[in-house]
Amino acid sequence: MVHVVRPSEERELSHFIAEANDSGTPLEVRGAGTKKLIGRPINAGAIISSESLNGITLYEPSELVLSAGAGTPLADIEDLLARHNQQLAFEPIDIGPALGEQPNKGSIGAVFATNLSGSRRIFSGSARDHFLGMRAINGRGELFKSGGRVMKNVTGYDLCRALTGSWGTLAFMTEVTMKVLPINEESATLLFLGLPDDIAIDLMCDAMGTPFEVSAASHIHHSLTAGIAPAELADRKRSITALRLENFSRSVSYRKERLKDALRTYGEIETLDNESSCRFWSEMRSLRFLQGNHTPVWRILTAPGNGARLVHSIQAHHPEARPVYDWSGGLIWLLMPALSDAGISEVRRAVGSHGGHATLIRGDQTIRSSVDVFHPLDSGPMRITQKLKKVFDPEGILNPGRMYQGI
Amino acid sequence: MAHIQLLEPDIRILRRRNSILNALRKVVPELEIISDEDGRRAFESDALTAYRQMPLAVVLPKTTEQVSRLLKFCRQNKIKVMARGAGTSLSGGALPYEDGIIIGVSRMNKLLSVDYKNRTAHVQTGITNLGISSAVQSRGFFYAPDPSSQLACTLAGNIAMNSGGAHCLKYGVTTNNVLGVKVVLMSGEIIEIGGAHVDQPGYDLLGLIIGSEGQFGIVTEATVRILRSAEAARPMLIGFGSSEAAGQCVASIIASGIIPVALEFMDKPAIHVCENFSHAGYPLDVEALLIVEVEGSNEEIESLLQKIVEIAEEFEPLVVRISESEEQSAAIWKGRKSAFGAIGQISDYYCMDGTIPTGRLPEVLTKISEICSRYGLRVANIFHAGDGNLHPLVLYDANDPDEVERAELAGAEILRYCVRVGGCLTGEHGVGIEKRDLMYDQFSKTDLAQQVRIKNMIDPDWLLNPGKVFPLAELPDELEG
Repeated sequence: MVHVVRPSEERELSHFIAEANDSGTPLEVRGAGTKKLIGRPINAGAIISSESLNGITLYEPSELVLSAGAGTPLADIEDLLARHNQQLAFEPIDIGPALGEQPNKGSIGAVFATNLSGSRRIFSGSARDHFLGMRAINGRGELFKSGGRVMKNVTGYDLCRALTGSWGTLAFMTEVTMKVLPINEESATLLFLGLPDDIAIDLMCDAMGTPFEVSAASHIHHSLTAGIAPAELADRKRSITALRLENFSRSVSYRKERLKDALRTYGEIETLDNESSCRFWSEMRSLRFLQGNHTPVWRILTAPGNGARLVHSIQAHHPEARPVYDWSGGLIWLLMPALSDAGISEVRRAVGSHGGHATLIRGDQTIRSSVDVFHPLDSGPMRITQKLKKVFDPEGILNPGRMYQGI
Repeated sequence: MAHIQLLEPDIRILRRRNSILNALRKVVPELEIISDEDGRRAFESDALTAYRQMPLAVVLPKTTEQVSRLLKFCRQNKIKVMARGAGTSLSGGALPYEDGIIIGVSRMNKLLSVDYKNRTAHVQTGITNLGISSAVQSRGFFYAPDPSSQLACTLAGNIAMNSGGAHCLKYGVTTNNVLGVKVVLMSGEIIEIGGAHVDQPGYDLLGLIIGSEGQFGIVTEATVRILRSAEAARPMLIGFGSSEAAGQCVASIIASGIIPVALEFMDKPAIHVCENFSHAGYPLDVEALLIVEVEGSNEEIESLLQKIVEIAEEFEPLVVRISESEEQSAAIWKGRKSAFGAIGQISDYYCMDGTIPTGRLPEVLTKISEICSRYGLRVANIFHAGDGNLHPLVLYDANDPDEVERAELAGAEILRYCVRVGGCLTGEHGVGIEKRDLMYDQFSKTDLAQQVRIKNMIDPDWLLNPGKVFPLAELPDELEG
């Protein structure tokens, strides 16, 4: 059993990492550990967790800013925000349950370290877009900061974004500062039933091209709608395409009608009122469609308009592969049948010809040890990636190999 | 104005000038090498006009491949390079080097393609900021970041500085609106990062390139997000008896859950100058003016503006005026967007760009007046209030060396105060040479070292836009001035 260290002070953490750097001890960097099954397996001498760096250190609702220790549970932050009628607009997904973990246990540091963003990403941006500042400890054990607590800041290089999505391989974030936004007064969702993937993508792209600020556009495979859509709709076993509107009540009522008018040619439209709409997107956010099964899952990003073609070219080889499209088709969760190689060749070939990138988000350890979990980089970006790793973590002790061999 | 130290030119390069020019002509025989004095004069400074240096030569390539050849040559011959867009930088970010060449992207200004379905535009980065919006406007789309210089400034410059604008309160700044780039590194290597999809595989190199002030590479092409325009937009003016009241009103609007698409602040001196210039109908008898713009259908706009009026009432506004026509709206924005130009007509000015927590607004405004009056200078304040990005314009006479120095000292003191209250040195103009030496006020040596290592990694000889962003003491020894 690998020893877990939970420093409660930056100085302690800094010493610990500096010592590991001197002795060349690889460290597994984590928050609550709910995403530890993502990425290539790490052979670490110790685990350092941010769990004891816990607490909200700054919250100014009228300035739309919040800072917290990296180990602060996301749930605590969202509870506090909700009490002030605010939220994280990028709607971070709760991926734990899809990986067999308890729901709502993730830490805020990990949200940024993995750039987790939910359905609202298509309209409001991702975690990276709401990341204002941080304190972090590099592989040398040096504490440094970047960004700050203000909304606009171009002072020096943007290390916050450099660390977003770096999966703990560059530095250990100790405190993060983020932009928060008001919760919309009302939410409503338009549902279209039974559309084939390509038509659903056209519909979503059309919707995103209207001035009505559609804040989520998703299309769910007919076999994966259970638990997300209201039972009477899910029971019909037809695919569901969902478009969400959020705003002041008055705007939602107006926009709902205008959007229906604009999209009427796509077929019959069901409407979810505020409560059902919130429930629907909350289930989407917990990736309900990935829960309760254990087969490999790919997370594929592509230009929205290419989504259906990309999936179809994989289905030509693996007809049982089932997609859920989010971000108007730009994000695809592809649930694969139980394949020993997760269908990697076909997935990577499809991405190669349609553009984008694919990450094996769920796969057992044998698969994750033997394939590229994260999308292989072209030689140019890979060289910069290798150099960047050296710049932050010269001895390669932070989550070594988690993303790529040698990174 | 000369108290910012510039890098000493390398005498060996200056002596070789003729042979370098000849060699450049061989590297890109199809291009003109601008080497005569008149030709180079046009490039000797940016919008921080107090600092000027004649570049060794200027080249305006037409293709990425030419940029690659040029950079490779400069790397081999250890020649400094300044990548230039339109030269509108207010921070000296585009100040050239006597011993370096300018590679300007202004001739790579084409819109390559627009994909309305995926809402992206693929462009060469010499295109102007407004050029992107103009190209997609007929289909009801726009490119969101809108710096005041948008008529002239290029996307390349926007990428270098991570530019914002009046409407970024709602739509974000450059880094939130660029999906992919083609960038030429100092070695001449051309790499592509990102694309038509969101997020990239691996590290967020795009995030690192955007805002690196031209020190990472030369970005020649980009894929940007375009957004569908709202059905309509309408600004309103709210005038207050004090800056404090205006500041509190801003906080109150945000706290209510309304995020206006723009929320701009002007103080009395700024109002007067802008009104004289643009006849926008700004009230002249108020101490502070907010321009608040909301979007949506006409009915939605009415309802939002009404909510804002109700919030404002609490702070005893002297004037509340909602724009009643397209013409009025245009005039209101013309006044704001031409503010810097208008003030430039009455005086030289030094435009600051600190950002502060919005809750500290009244206190910081008081401090700015105090600092400026201590230095015997006038100041006009115009800024993006919703995100706390201040633009105090310190007025001075460029022909009076003493006043010039006082303006710089006052500016530095203002920025230090911004940092002290929890803000930063620059919200959207970049560090350039102007704020370089103030970096120690915001960052520790360790903070800076982490950034400097990235520069060392990507450009070990510090040939790309050196002497900017970082205090000179942070540069490798052989490069210090």
